Amino acid sequence: MYTELIMIIMGISLILYMILGGADFGAGIIELFIGDKSNSTVSRAMAPVWEANHMWLIIAVVILFNGFPKAYVILSTNLHIPVLLFLIAIIMRGTAFTFRHYDAYHDKSEKIYSTIFRYSSLLAVFFMGITISAFFSGTIPSDTSGTFTEQYIYTWFNWFAVSVGVFLVTISAYIAGIFLLGEVETEEGYNSIRKFIMWIFGLSIISGASIFISSFVSDLQFHKLFLSHPISIAAGVIASLIAPYIYKLIKAKKIWTMRIVVGAQMVLIMIGWFIIQWPNLVVFSDGTKLSMYDASGPVATMKVLFFSLAIGVVVIFPSLYYLFRLFKSEDNLS
Amino acid sequence: MEDLMAARLQMAISLGWHIIFACIGMAMPFLMAFAEWKWMKTKDQVYLDLAKSWSKGVAIFFAVGAVSGTLLSFELGLLWPTFMEHAGPIFGMPFSMEGTAFFVEAIALGVFLYGWDKISPLAHWISGLIVGISGVMSGIFVVAANAWMNSPAGFDFVDGKYINIDPIAAMFNDAWFTQATHMTFAAFASTGFAVAGVHAIMLLRGKKIRFHKEALKIALIFGSIAAFAMPITGDLAAKDVAKRQPAKLAAMEAHYHTSKNAPLIIGGIPNDETQEVDYAIEIPGGLSFLAHGDFDAEVIGLDQIPEDERPPVIVVHFAFQIMVGLGTLMMLIGFIYFFMRWRKWDYINNKWWLRILALATPIGFIALEAGWTVTEVGRQPWIIYKVMRTKDALTAMPGIQYSLLTIVLVYSILTLAVIWLMHRQIKSIHEKYNT
Repeated sequence: MYTELIMIIMGISLILYMILGGADFGAGIIELFIGDKSNSTVSRAMAPVWEANHMWLIIAVVILFNGFPKAYVILSTNLHIPVLLFLIAIIMRGTAFTFRHYDAYHDKSEKIYSTIFRYSSLLAVFFMGITISAFFSGTIPSDTSGTFTEQYIYTWFNWFAVSVGVFLVTISAYIAGIFLLGEVETEEGYNSIRKFIMWIFGLSIISGASIFISSFVSDLQFHKLFLSHPISIAAGVIASLIAPYIYKLIKAKKIWTMRIVVGAQMVLIMIGWFIIQWPNLVVFSDGTKLSMYDASGPVATMKVLFFSLAIGVVVIFPSLYYLFRLFKSEDNLS
Repeated sequence: MEDLMAARLQMAISLGWHIIFACIGMAMPFLMAFAEWKWMKTKDQVYLDLAKSWSKGVAIFFAVGAVSGTLLSFELGLLWPTFMEHAGPIFGMPFSMEGTAFFVEAIALGVFLYGWDKISPLAHWISGLIVGISGVMSGIFVVAANAWMNSPAGFDFVDGKYINIDPIAAMFNDAWFTQATHMTFAAFASTGFAVAGVHAIMLLRGKKIRFHKEALKIALIFGSIAAFAMPITGDLAAKDVAKRQPAKLAAMEAHYHTSKNAPLIIGGIPNDETQEVDYAIEIPGGLSFLAHGDFDAEVIGLDQIPEDERPPVIVVHFAFQIMVGLGTLMMLIGFIYFFMRWRKWDYINNKWWLRILALATPIGFIALEAGWTVTEVGRQPWIIYKVMRTKDALTAMPGIQYSLLTIVLVYSILTLAVIWLMHRQIKSIHEKYNT
């Protein structure tokens, strides 16, 4: 029972990371495309909360190596290269954002910080998507007999993985766009982000389609898994069908309704993903699977881990609520 | 370069780098909260300025510490997957607790940095205190996990299998308390001296403003008190090492031959060929006394350790000497400081005193790195003491030297960037005070 409960907590951490961390990464991507206009909005809106938004990743990785060490080992060996690239991008963007925000002077250096922050935000999400894709693409060999490229390169260097990477980039930028709509102070700023959202949403549909096409063409596991799970299909369909409603909300400037609906849309996408995975953590190239039961640590570990996480939940959620209420309550476009 | 060496170097650089930021993140919030408290009591603007400037330092160091820590949480697997596969379920508990503490730290820091005019002064001050407390807790949890590698507990190792796992017993292993207390005080000592040193440099450069003087006083109080605690916590740690890891103690002291009434060796160059230490000062019976509290106690030498289980003596011995030497120096400086305060001497305007403090800026951190070198290199060739060898934990992926190169490059750039940024922070303070 603890194994399932811990997996659900990890799922919740990942959903929160997707939404909160995604908004943070996406803010960098938005800056990359619409430039300095959005710079001050991003800094003001993100600065108090951005550190906390990235803690979900730490929680997820700790759960992984503590509770599911075999999956953590696959992540860190077969996907060594994209994980390292992801981490370097995380370091670059985090420090560049902090430097930009806290540098005592605002001079030419700000341009360098901004450039690093923007590109590494995009690369971080891209490599994260590439890494995640390998868990359900069926590109990881189930044994260690393969060549270097089979073991460490083709696991993540393929059309499918790139599609997932791009999809995650567009989704992050989309989440950030929706969030920043409520933070901009001018009509002009609102409109430029609104246009960006339309544009990036189109791109997410294209990359989403590319995920399916590449899975078919390369005969990977993803589309088979997806099509055999009706709830995932339903989640995907509903998430797509509420798009016109969101469009209306954006036009009507209904900030909080829009944020909640988009949040729900992301939860649907994530649940759709979790359902095709459950109870498996990794789908191998030969179709065999590493389930959470195969990967989990001994019962004593799972029990202790669950209670540590439960303490964490009791401490973290109220503090987080306080933080968000303190800095987000008075924000409203009207 | 061999993959094993590259992986060890990469781990050493990543850890060594992160430790500096982590320690500042543990100690500096207390300096900042102390300054704010003085401001609340005296309403003296200079303390508010101090609290605010230091909080910017905390923000920068915390962010860099957080991202370099994120790297580490993955790097353990990137470099040592076999270790993590087996150790993860056993020693993971302090990491999951650390996750919570770290989360709270990030939240409290957000409140402190941006909540100046949103919450009451008392609530604001408390948020600063929470930053510090949760930072120290994070540190203690991570050190407890490291202590487990030195003092494996909470499982039975039978026929190559790890059974009867008890994560709570693993967390409260024999080494966690001594290592964690020694490290926590080390964080305050090194940060206190570094901060005091930076402000001393500014005073020497003719920026004779009260801002730097008050800053120096506060930082040195923290640094000195912590420096006094170092030999006490260090002695406990050493006694514990003597009991559990005789090989490490023998390497620290370059103690080649098992003997009773073993001398304490100060300085000297260990010679692995002749199994002697050249040019050393010896204090008869000193090692026996320090290790076991008895001048005649037998201290196990390297001769009783199988050859393939001996740590590199020269590295460990030198690192230990550096740590102890610099620690003693810091204690001496702290003693002089409190003496001068007691006699009400005008030390703050004394050039020589400021020069000493300026020179002492990095010594706390050098001692800290040396101390970690003793802990980590002294455990070799084991990654889990007496259970798993470091070489057996290494990843199967070849070409680690490229990832080493990347990390070295990234961290070199970041080091320069942080120094430059701090330089600009200080410059802006001087512009504010027109000096």
